[in-house]
Amino acid sequence: MVERLPREPALIHCVLHDAADTVAVVVVEGVSAGTAMTGWVMDDDRTIALEARQDIPIGHKVALRDMAPGDTVVKYGIDMGKVVAPIRRGEHAHVHNIKTKRW
Amino acid sequence: MSVVSQDTTFLGYRRENGRVGVRNFVVVLPLDDLSNAAAEAVAHNIKGALAIPHPYGRLQFGADLELHFRTLIGAGCNPNVAAVVVIGIEDGWTKKVVDGIAATGKPVVGFGIEGHGDHDTIMRASKAAREYVQWASEKQREPCPIAELWVSTKCGESDTTSGCGANPTVGNAFDKLHPLGNYLCFGETTELTGGEQIVAARCASDEVRRQFMFMFDRYQKVIDRHKTSDLSDSQPTKGNIAGGLTTIEEKALGNIQKIGKVCTVDGVIDKAETPTHPGLWFMDSSSAAAEMVTLCAASGYAVHFFPTGQGNVIGNPILPVIKICANPRTVRLMGEHVDVDTSGLLQREINLDQAGDRLLECMLRTANGRLTAAEALGHREFVLTRLYESA
Repeated sequence: MVERLPREPALIHCVLHDAADTVAVVVVEGVSAGTAMTGWVMDDDRTIALEARQDIPIGHKVALRDMAPGDTVVKYGIDMGKVVAPIRRGEHAHVHNIKTKRW
Repeated sequence: MSVVSQDTTFLGYRRENGRVGVRNFVVVLPLDDLSNAAAEAVAHNIKGALAIPHPYGRLQFGADLELHFRTLIGAGCNPNVAAVVVIGIEDGWTKKVVDGIAATGKPVVGFGIEGHGDHDTIMRASKAAREYVQWASEKQREPCPIAELWVSTKCGESDTTSGCGANPTVGNAFDKLHPLGNYLCFGETTELTGGEQIVAARCASDEVRRQFMFMFDRYQKVIDRHKTSDLSDSQPTKGNIAGGLTTIEEKALGNIQKIGKVCTVDGVIDKAETPTHPGLWFMDSSSAAAEMVTLCAASGYAVHFFPTGQGNVIGNPILPVIKICANPRTVRLMGEHVDVDTSGLLQREINLDQAGDRLLECMLRTANGRLTAAEALGHREFVLTRLYESA
Protein backbone atom coordinates (compact mmCIF):
# COMPACT_ATOMS: atom_id res chain seq x y z
CA MET A 1 0.00 0.00 0.00
CA VAL A 2 2.44 2.68 1.16
CA GLU A 3 6.11 2.56 0.30
CA ARG A 4 8.81 3.33 2.83
CA LEU A 5 9.62 7.00 2.71
CA PRO A 6 13.06 8.53 2.33
CA ARG A 7 14.88 9.03 5.63
CA GLU A 8 13.83 11.80 8.02
CA PRO A 9 10.15 11.96 7.08
CA ALA A 10 8.25 15.01 8.26
CA LEU A 11 6.17 14.50 11.39
CA ILE A 12 2.62 13.47 10.51
CA HIS A 13 0.11 15.12 12.83
CA CYS A 14 -3.06 13.64 11.41
CA VAL A 15 -4.22 10.89 9.06
CA LEU A 16 -7.05 10.80 6.50
CA HIS A 17 -8.18 7.46 5.15
CA ASP A 18 -9.71 8.81 1.96
CA ALA A 19 -9.29 12.02 -0.01
CA ALA A 20 -13.02 12.70 0.40
CA ASP A 21 -12.88 12.60 4.22
CA THR A 22 -14.10 15.70 6.06
CA VAL A 23 -12.30 14.77 9.29
CA ALA A 24 -8.80 13.43 10.06
CA VAL A 25 -7.37 11.54 13.03
CA VAL A 26 -4.71 13.21 15.17
CA VAL A 27 -1.89 10.69 15.61
CA VAL A 28 0.55 12.60 17.82
CA GLU A 29 0.30 13.95 21.34
CA GLY A 30 0.43 17.66 22.02
CA VAL A 31 -1.57 19.20 19.16
CA SER A 32 -2.78 22.57 20.44
CA ALA A 33 -4.49 25.68 19.07
CA GLY A 34 -2.20 27.14 16.45
CA THR A 35 -0.24 23.96 15.66
CA ALA A 36 0.65 23.83 11.97
CA MET A 37 -0.37 20.30 11.06
CA THR A 38 0.71 17.95 8.30
CA GLY A 39 -2.04 15.52 7.30
CA TRP A 40 -1.33 12.28 5.46
CA VAL A 41 -3.95 10.94 3.03
CA MET A 42 -3.42 7.19 3.34
CA ASP A 43 -5.28 6.15 0.18
CA ASP A 44 -3.25 8.23 -2.25
CA ASP A 45 -0.16 8.83 -0.08
CA ARG A 46 0.03 12.61 -0.29
CA THR A 47 0.04 15.24 2.42
CA ILE A 48 -2.09 18.27 3.21
CA ALA A 49 -1.54 21.22 5.56
CA LEU A 50 -3.91 22.79 8.06
CA GLU A 51 -3.80 24.70 11.31
CA ALA A 52 -5.39 23.43 14.53
CA ARG A 53 -7.82 25.95 16.04
CA GLN A 54 -8.14 24.05 19.33
CA ASP A 55 -6.22 21.57 21.50
CA ILE A 56 -6.92 18.09 20.11
CA PRO A 57 -5.89 14.91 21.99
CA ILE A 58 -4.18 12.06 20.18
CA GLY A 59 -6.76 9.80 18.50
CA HIS A 60 -9.37 12.53 18.30
CA LYS A 61 -10.51 14.11 15.04
CA VAL A 62 -9.82 17.46 13.47
CA ALA A 63 -12.33 18.96 11.01
CA LEU A 64 -10.93 19.49 7.51
CA ARG A 65 -13.66 21.90 6.43
CA ASP A 66 -16.40 24.09 7.86
CA MET A 67 -19.55 22.06 8.50
CA ALA A 68 -23.11 22.98 9.49
CA PRO A 69 -25.72 21.05 11.50
CA GLY A 70 -27.28 18.35 9.33
CA ASP A 71 -24.15 17.85 7.23
CA THR A 72 -22.87 14.31 6.79
CA VAL A 73 -19.43 13.60 8.24
CA VAL A 74 -17.25 11.50 5.93
CA LYS A 75 -14.45 9.19 7.09
CA TYR A 76 -13.02 6.20 5.17
CA GLY A 77 -14.87 7.90 2.31
CA ILE A 78 -18.11 6.80 3.99
CA ASP A 79 -20.92 8.37 6.06
CA MET A 80 -19.98 8.19 9.77
CA GLY A 81 -22.74 10.39 11.22
CA LYS A 82 -24.27 13.85 11.21
CA VAL A 83 -23.14 17.26 12.38
CA VAL A 84 -25.22 18.59 15.32
CA ALA A 85 -23.34 21.82 16.09
CA PRO A 86 -21.34 24.08 13.74
CA ILE A 87 -17.73 23.00 13.19
CA ARG A 88 -14.97 25.08 11.62
CA ARG A 89 -11.94 23.72 9.79
CA GLY A 90 -9.19 22.98 12.31
CA GLU A 91 -11.58 22.44 15.24
CA HIS A 92 -11.99 19.36 17.41
CA ALA A 93 -14.71 17.12 15.89
CA HIS A 94 -16.24 14.70 18.39
CA VAL A 95 -19.37 13.82 20.41
CA HIS A 96 -20.08 17.49 21.18
CA ASN A 97 -20.71 18.28 17.51
CA ILE A 98 -21.28 14.89 15.76
CA LYS A 99 -23.93 12.19 16.42
CA THR A 100 -24.81 8.79 14.99
CA LYS A 101 -27.53 8.45 12.34
CA ARG A 102 -28.39 4.97 13.65
CA TRP A 103 -30.27 3.71 16.70
CA MET B 1 7.29 -11.99 -0.26
CA SER B 2 5.12 -12.63 2.79
CA VAL B 3 6.46 -14.45 5.85
CA VAL B 4 3.86 -17.16 5.23
CA SER B 5 3.39 -19.50 2.27
CA GLN B 6 1.91 -22.95 1.65
CA ASP B 7 5.21 -24.41 2.91
CA THR B 8 5.14 -22.63 6.28
CA THR B 9 4.77 -24.88 9.29
CA PHE B 10 4.30 -24.39 13.02
CA LEU B 11 4.82 -26.73 15.96
CA GLY B 12 1.47 -27.90 17.27
CA TYR B 13 -0.18 -30.70 19.21
CA ARG B 14 -2.15 -33.00 16.94
CA ARG B 15 -5.26 -34.24 18.71
CA GLU B 16 -7.19 -37.51 18.39
CA ASN B 17 -9.65 -35.99 15.89
CA GLY B 18 -6.90 -34.56 13.68
CA ARG B 19 -7.25 -30.93 14.82
CA VAL B 20 -4.09 -29.10 15.85
CA GLY B 21 -3.68 -27.13 19.07
CA VAL B 22 -0.95 -24.75 20.18
CA ARG B 23 -1.38 -25.25 23.93
CA ASN B 24 -1.70 -28.42 25.97
CA PHE B 25 -4.13 -27.65 28.78
CA VAL B 26 -5.81 -30.10 31.12
CA VAL B 27 -9.01 -28.22 31.91
CA VAL B 28 -11.22 -28.62 34.95
CA LEU B 29 -14.55 -27.44 33.57
CA PRO B 30 -17.45 -26.57 35.87
CA LEU B 31 -20.87 -27.22 34.39
CA ASP B 32 -22.41 -24.52 36.57
CA ASP B 33 -21.73 -21.78 39.11
CA LEU B 34 -22.17 -24.21 42.02
CA SER B 35 -19.27 -26.34 40.81
CA ASN B 36 -16.66 -23.58 40.60
CA ALA B 37 -15.38 -24.18 44.14
CA ALA B 38 -14.69 -27.86 43.53
CA ALA B 39 -13.16 -27.16 40.11
CA GLU B 40 -10.82 -24.55 41.56
CA ALA B 41 -9.90 -26.88 44.42
CA VAL B 42 -8.92 -29.59 41.93
CA ALA B 43 -6.79 -27.12 39.94
CA HIS B 44 -5.18 -26.06 43.22
CA ASN B 45 -4.37 -29.67 44.12
CA ILE B 46 -3.03 -30.72 40.74
CA LYS B 47 -0.25 -28.61 39.28
CA GLY B 48 -0.80 -28.06 35.58
CA ALA B 49 -4.59 -28.42 35.75
CA LEU B 50 -6.52 -25.30 34.75
CA ALA B 51 -9.97 -24.47 36.19
CA ILE B 52 -12.16 -22.17 34.10
CA PRO B 53 -14.88 -20.94 36.45
CA HIS B 54 -17.95 -19.03 35.24
CA PRO B 55 -21.20 -17.82 36.81
CA TYR B 56 -23.92 -19.67 34.86
CA GLY B 57 -25.56 -23.01 34.10
CA ARG B 58 -28.64 -23.18 36.31
CA LEU B 59 -32.26 -22.92 35.15
CA GLN B 60 -31.36 -21.81 31.66
CA PHE B 61 -33.70 -23.06 28.95
CA GLY B 62 -34.28 -23.13 25.21
CA ALA B 63 -31.78 -21.46 22.91
CA ASP B 64 -29.94 -19.95 25.90
CA LEU B 65 -29.37 -23.40 27.40
CA GLU B 66 -28.29 -24.78 24.03
CA LEU B 67 -25.74 -21.99 23.77
CA HIS B 68 -24.50 -22.77 27.29
CA PHE B 69 -23.87 -26.41 26.37
CA ARG B 70 -22.41 -25.49 22.97
CA THR B 71 -19.95 -23.09 24.59
CA LEU B 72 -18.81 -25.48 27.34
CA ILE B 73 -18.57 -28.47 25.00
CA GLY B 74 -16.83 -26.33 22.39
CA ALA B 75 -14.27 -25.09 24.92
CA GLY B 76 -13.59 -28.69 25.97
CA CYS B 77 -13.26 -29.77 22.33
CA ASN B 78 -10.82 -26.95 21.51
CA PRO B 79 -7.55 -28.49 20.27
CA ASN B 80 -5.57 -26.33 22.74
CA VAL B 81 -7.08 -28.63 25.38
CA ALA B 82 -5.52 -32.08 25.88
CA ALA B 83 -8.00 -33.52 28.37
CA VAL B 84 -10.97 -32.40 30.45
CA VAL B 85 -12.40 -33.08 33.91
CA VAL B 86 -16.02 -31.90 34.07
CA ILE B 87 -17.64 -31.18 37.44
CA GLY B 88 -21.36 -30.43 37.76
CA ILE B 89 -23.87 -30.25 40.55
CA GLU B 90 -25.71 -33.29 39.16
CA ASP B 91 -24.91 -36.16 36.82
CA GLY B 92 -27.33 -35.62 33.94
CA TRP B 93 -26.13 -32.34 32.46
CA THR B 94 -22.54 -33.21 33.50
CA LYS B 95 -22.76 -36.32 31.31
CA LYS B 96 -24.14 -34.26 28.44
CA VAL B 97 -20.99 -32.10 28.45
CA VAL B 98 -18.72 -35.13 28.88
CA ASP B 99 -20.37 -36.91 25.95
CA GLY B 100 -20.05 -33.82 23.76
CA ILE B 101 -16.33 -33.52 24.42
CA ALA B 102 -15.78 -37.30 24.14
CA ALA B 103 -16.79 -37.10 20.47
CA THR B 104 -13.34 -35.64 19.76
CA GLY B 105 -11.71 -38.79 21.17
CA LYS B 106 -9.82 -36.83 23.83
CA PRO B 107 -9.74 -38.06 27.44
CA VAL B 108 -12.69 -36.65 29.41
CA VAL B 109 -14.49 -37.67 32.60
CA GLY B 110 -17.28 -36.10 34.63
CA PHE B 111 -18.22 -35.95 38.31
CA GLY B 112 -21.55 -34.95 39.87
CA ILE B 113 -21.45 -33.37 43.32
CA GLU B 114 -24.94 -34.30 44.60
CA GLY B 115 -24.85 -37.38 46.85
CA HIS B 116 -21.09 -37.01 47.31
CA GLY B 117 -20.33 -33.50 48.52
CA ASP B 118 -17.37 -31.33 47.62
CA HIS B 119 -14.72 -33.33 49.54
CA ASP B 120 -15.36 -36.64 47.85
CA THR B 121 -15.87 -35.00 44.43
CA ILE B 122 -12.63 -33.02 44.72
CA MET B 123 -10.75 -36.18 45.71
CA ARG B 124 -12.06 -38.26 42.80
CA ALA B 125 -11.71 -35.44 40.29
CA SER B 126 -8.17 -34.70 41.50
CA LYS B 127 -7.16 -38.31 40.90
CA ALA B 128 -8.44 -38.08 37.33
CA ALA B 129 -6.81 -34.69 36.77
CA ARG B 130 -3.48 -35.97 38.07
CA GLU B 131 -3.54 -38.84 35.57
CA TYR B 132 -4.47 -36.50 32.71
CA VAL B 133 -1.77 -33.95 33.57
CA GLN B 134 0.95 -36.60 33.63
CA TRP B 135 -0.36 -38.11 30.39
CA ALA B 136 -0.57 -34.73 28.65
CA SER B 137 2.90 -33.70 29.80
CA GLU B 138 4.39 -36.34 27.50
CA LYS B 139 2.65 -35.01 24.40
CA GLN B 140 5.12 -33.62 21.87
CA ARG B 141 4.72 -30.79 19.38
CA GLU B 142 5.10 -31.71 15.72
CA PRO B 143 5.43 -29.66 12.52
CA CYS B 144 2.00 -28.89 11.06
CA PRO B 145 1.03 -27.03 7.87
CA ILE B 146 0.06 -23.42 8.51
CA ALA B 147 -3.41 -24.03 7.05
CA GLU B 148 -4.20 -26.13 10.13
CA LEU B 149 -3.95 -23.10 12.40
CA TRP B 150 -7.41 -21.64 13.09
CA VAL B 151 -7.24 -17.87 13.67
CA SER B 152 -9.99 -15.61 15.02
CA THR B 153 -10.16 -11.85 15.55
CA LYS B 154 -12.04 -9.31 17.62
CA CYS B 155 -10.89 -5.83 18.63
CA GLY B 156 -11.45 -3.99 21.89
CA GLU B 157 -11.13 -0.61 23.58
CA SER B 158 -10.80 0.62 20.05
CA ASP B 159 -9.95 4.17 19.19
CA THR B 160 -9.30 5.90 15.92
CA THR B 161 -5.79 4.41 15.70
CA SER B 162 -7.45 0.97 15.59
CA GLY B 163 -9.05 1.84 12.27
CA CYS B 164 -5.86 3.43 10.91
CA GLY B 165 -3.28 0.95 12.15
CA ALA B 166 -4.06 -2.06 14.32
CA ASN B 167 -7.17 -3.35 12.52
CA PRO B 168 -5.72 -2.99 8.98
CA THR B 169 -2.71 -4.98 10.25
CA VAL B 170 -5.04 -7.86 11.11
CA GLY B 171 -6.72 -7.40 7.73
CA ASN B 172 -3.38 -7.63 5.96
CA ALA B 173 -2.55 -10.85 7.85
CA PHE B 174 -6.00 -12.30 7.05
CA ASP B 175 -5.53 -11.43 3.37
CA LYS B 176 -2.29 -13.46 3.45
CA LEU B 177 -3.74 -16.44 5.38
CA HIS B 178 -7.01 -16.69 3.44
CA PRO B 179 -5.44 -18.04 0.20
CA LEU B 180 -3.52 -20.65 2.24
CA GLY B 181 -6.74 -22.29 3.39
CA ASN B 182 -6.80 -21.20 7.03
CA TYR B 183 -10.01 -21.15 9.03
CA LEU B 184 -10.54 -17.49 9.98
CA CYS B 185 -13.28 -15.82 12.02
CA PHE B 186 -14.66 -12.37 12.85
CA GLY B 187 -17.93 -11.29 14.49
CA GLU B 188 -19.12 -8.39 16.70
CA THR B 189 -22.50 -8.09 14.99
CA THR B 190 -23.63 -4.70 16.29
CA GLU B 191 -20.19 -3.21 15.73
CA LEU B 192 -20.74 -3.60 12.00
CA THR B 193 -23.60 -1.06 12.19
CA GLY B 194 -22.97 1.52 9.51
CA GLY B 195 -20.65 -0.80 7.60
CA GLU B 196 -22.93 -3.82 7.19
CA GLN B 197 -23.28 -3.24 3.45
CA ILE B 198 -19.49 -3.43 3.09
CA VAL B 199 -19.48 -6.84 4.75
CA ALA B 200 -22.50 -7.93 2.69
CA ALA B 201 -20.66 -6.94 -0.49
CA ARG B 202 -17.71 -9.11 0.55
CA CYS B 203 -19.83 -12.26 1.01
CA ALA B 204 -18.77 -15.06 -1.31
CA SER B 205 -22.31 -15.96 -2.41
CA ASP B 206 -25.89 -14.75 -2.24
CA GLU B 207 -26.66 -17.45 0.32
CA VAL B 208 -23.84 -16.33 2.63
CA ARG B 209 -25.03 -12.72 2.18
CA ARG B 210 -28.59 -13.71 3.07
CA GLN B 211 -27.38 -15.51 6.21
CA PHE B 212 -25.18 -12.57 7.21
CA MET B 213 -27.99 -10.02 6.81
CA PHE B 214 -30.35 -12.33 8.75
CA MET B 215 -27.89 -12.36 11.69
CA PHE B 216 -27.26 -8.62 11.40
CA ASP B 217 -30.98 -7.75 11.33
CA ARG B 218 -31.71 -10.19 14.17
CA TYR B 219 -29.22 -8.38 16.42
CA GLN B 220 -30.55 -4.92 15.42
CA LYS B 221 -33.95 -6.10 16.68
CA VAL B 222 -32.37 -6.96 20.05
CA ILE B 223 -31.01 -3.41 20.25
CA ASP B 224 -34.34 -1.89 19.18
CA ARG B 225 -36.24 -3.99 21.73
CA HIS B 226 -34.13 -2.98 24.72
CA LYS B 227 -32.64 0.40 23.96
CA THR B 228 -33.50 3.42 26.09
CA SER B 229 -31.37 5.88 24.10
CA ASP B 230 -29.19 6.00 21.00
CA LEU B 231 -26.73 3.81 22.95
CA SER B 232 -24.35 6.76 23.11
CA ASP B 233 -23.44 5.70 26.65
CA SER B 234 -22.41 2.18 25.68
CA GLN B 235 -21.73 1.95 21.93
CA PRO B 236 -19.23 3.50 21.35
CA THR B 237 -17.97 2.74 24.86
CA LYS B 238 -16.67 5.40 27.22
CA GLY B 239 -13.18 4.13 26.40
CA ASN B 240 -13.85 4.42 22.66
CA ILE B 241 -15.06 7.99 23.12
CA ALA B 242 -12.06 8.88 25.29
CA GLY B 243 -9.96 7.53 22.44
CA GLY B 244 -11.68 9.76 19.91
CA LEU B 245 -14.31 7.49 18.34
CA THR B 246 -17.55 9.45 18.00
CA THR B 247 -20.27 7.25 16.45
CA ILE B 248 -21.10 3.57 15.99
CA GLU B 249 -20.68 4.06 12.25
CA GLU B 250 -17.11 5.31 12.69
CA LYS B 251 -16.35 2.44 15.04
CA ALA B 252 -17.80 -0.08 12.58
CA LEU B 253 -15.86 1.29 9.62
CA GLY B 254 -12.67 0.88 11.64
CA ASN B 255 -13.72 -2.55 12.88
CA ILE B 256 -14.25 -3.83 9.33
CA GLN B 257 -10.61 -3.12 8.47
CA LYS B 258 -9.90 -6.43 10.24
CA ILE B 259 -11.25 -8.46 7.32
CA GLY B 260 -8.68 -7.02 4.96
CA LYS B 261 -9.12 -5.83 1.43
CA VAL B 262 -9.55 -9.06 -0.55
CA CYS B 263 -10.77 -11.83 1.80
CA THR B 264 -14.25 -13.05 0.99
CA VAL B 265 -16.71 -13.89 3.76
CA ASP B 266 -17.16 -17.58 3.07
CA GLY B 267 -19.62 -18.68 5.72
CA VAL B 268 -21.83 -17.63 8.63
CA ILE B 269 -22.15 -19.38 11.99
CA ASP B 270 -24.23 -18.76 15.06
CA LYS B 271 -22.55 -18.23 18.43
CA ALA B 272 -20.04 -20.99 19.37
CA GLU B 273 -20.83 -23.12 16.32
CA THR B 274 -17.95 -24.87 14.57
CA PRO B 275 -17.14 -23.84 11.00
CA THR B 276 -17.24 -26.63 8.46
CA HIS B 277 -14.75 -25.58 5.78
CA PRO B 278 -11.72 -23.29 5.38
CA GLY B 279 -12.18 -19.58 4.75
CA LEU B 280 -13.32 -16.47 6.60
CA TRP B 281 -16.38 -17.00 8.79
CA PHE B 282 -18.68 -14.41 10.27
CA MET B 283 -19.88 -15.49 13.71
CA ASP B 284 -22.90 -13.71 15.15
CA SER B 285 -21.69 -12.50 18.52
CA SER B 286 -21.70 -9.88 21.20
CA SER B 287 -19.07 -7.20 20.79
CA ALA B 288 -18.04 -7.48 24.44
CA ALA B 289 -14.44 -8.63 24.35
CA ALA B 290 -14.43 -11.55 26.77
CA GLU B 291 -17.75 -12.90 25.45
CA MET B 292 -16.61 -12.82 21.84
CA VAL B 293 -13.17 -14.33 22.51
CA THR B 294 -14.77 -17.08 24.62
CA LEU B 295 -17.13 -17.85 21.71
CA CYS B 296 -14.12 -18.07 19.36
CA ALA B 297 -12.48 -20.53 21.76
CA ALA B 298 -15.70 -22.57 21.77
CA SER B 299 -15.80 -22.55 17.96
CA GLY B 300 -12.41 -24.23 17.93
CA TYR B 301 -10.06 -21.35 17.13
CA ALA B 302 -6.47 -21.84 18.34
CA VAL B 303 -4.96 -18.32 18.13
CA HIS B 304 -6.67 -14.94 18.40
CA PHE B 305 -5.74 -11.52 16.97
CA PHE B 306 -6.89 -8.71 19.27
CA PRO B 307 -6.20 -5.17 18.04
CA THR B 308 -6.64 -2.46 20.63
CA GLY B 309 -6.33 1.31 20.68
CA GLN B 310 -6.83 2.45 24.26
CA GLY B 311 -5.45 -0.77 25.72
CA ASN B 312 -7.91 -3.60 26.41
CA VAL B 313 -6.08 -6.10 28.66
CA ILE B 314 -8.21 -9.20 27.94
CA GLY B 315 -6.98 -12.78 27.69
CA ASN B 316 -8.64 -16.19 27.61
CA PRO B 317 -7.82 -19.36 29.54
CA ILE B 318 -7.47 -21.62 26.49
CA LEU B 319 -7.11 -19.30 23.47
CA PRO B 320 -3.85 -17.29 23.26
CA VAL B 321 -4.77 -13.65 22.62
CA ILE B 322 -2.23 -11.61 20.61
CA LYS B 323 -2.56 -7.85 21.16
CA ILE B 324 -1.84 -5.46 18.32
CA CYS B 325 -1.66 -1.71 19.00
CA ALA B 326 -0.96 1.29 16.77
CA ASN B 327 -1.52 4.01 19.39
CA PRO B 328 1.93 5.27 20.42
CA ARG B 329 0.56 6.60 23.73
CA THR B 330 -0.93 3.21 24.67
CA VAL B 331 2.26 1.42 23.63
CA ARG B 332 4.21 3.80 25.87
CA LEU B 333 1.88 3.62 28.88
CA MET B 334 0.71 -0.02 28.66
CA GLY B 335 3.53 -1.73 26.79
CA GLU B 336 3.37 -4.89 28.88
CA HIS B 337 0.03 -5.71 27.23
CA VAL B 338 1.16 -5.21 23.62
CA ASP B 339 2.53 -8.13 21.57
CA VAL B 340 2.79 -6.33 18.22
CA ASP B 341 3.47 -2.58 18.08
CA THR B 342 2.33 -1.16 14.74
CA SER B 343 2.40 2.50 15.75
CA GLY B 344 5.07 3.08 13.09
CA LEU B 345 2.27 2.79 10.51
CA LEU B 346 0.87 6.17 11.52
CA GLN B 347 4.17 7.93 10.85
CA ARG B 348 4.83 6.00 7.60
CA GLU B 349 7.86 4.36 9.24
CA ILE B 350 6.54 0.95 8.18
CA ASN B 351 3.95 0.03 5.60
CA LEU B 352 0.90 -2.16 6.03
CA ASP B 353 2.55 -5.14 4.40
CA GLN B 354 5.38 -4.98 6.92
CA ALA B 355 2.94 -4.57 9.81
CA GLY B 356 0.99 -7.63 8.65
CA ASP B 357 4.18 -9.65 8.45
CA ARG B 358 5.15 -8.62 11.99
CA LEU B 359 1.81 -9.94 13.20
CA LEU B 360 2.21 -13.20 11.27
CA GLU B 361 5.69 -13.67 12.74
CA CYS B 362 4.25 -13.14 16.21
CA MET B 363 1.43 -15.58 15.36
CA LEU B 364 3.92 -18.31 14.41
CA ARG B 365 6.02 -17.75 17.54
CA THR B 366 2.86 -17.84 19.65
CA ALA B 367 1.72 -21.01 17.91
CA ASN B 368 5.12 -22.57 18.55
CA GLY B 369 4.69 -21.97 22.26
CA ARG B 370 5.77 -18.43 23.12
CA LEU B 371 3.42 -17.00 25.74
CA THR B 372 1.44 -13.90 24.75
CA ALA B 373 1.46 -10.83 26.98
CA ALA B 374 -2.03 -11.73 28.23
CA GLU B 375 -0.94 -15.28 29.06
CA ALA B 376 2.16 -14.07 30.92
CA LEU B 377 0.04 -11.56 32.84
CA GLY B 378 -2.46 -14.26 33.83
CA HIS B 379 -5.51 -12.98 31.94
CA ARG B 380 -8.01 -15.85 31.78
CA GLU B 381 -11.36 -14.20 31.15
CA PHE B 382 -13.90 -16.92 30.38
CA VAL B 383 -17.27 -15.26 29.89
CA LEU B 384 -20.37 -17.07 28.70
CA THR B 385 -22.89 -15.25 26.51
CA ARG B 386 -26.46 -15.27 27.83
CA LEU B 387 -29.43 -14.73 25.52
CA TYR B 388 -32.12 -13.97 28.15
CA GLU B 389 -33.26 -14.50 31.77
CA SER B 390 -33.13 -17.87 33.50
CA ALA B 391 -36.44 -19.66 34.15
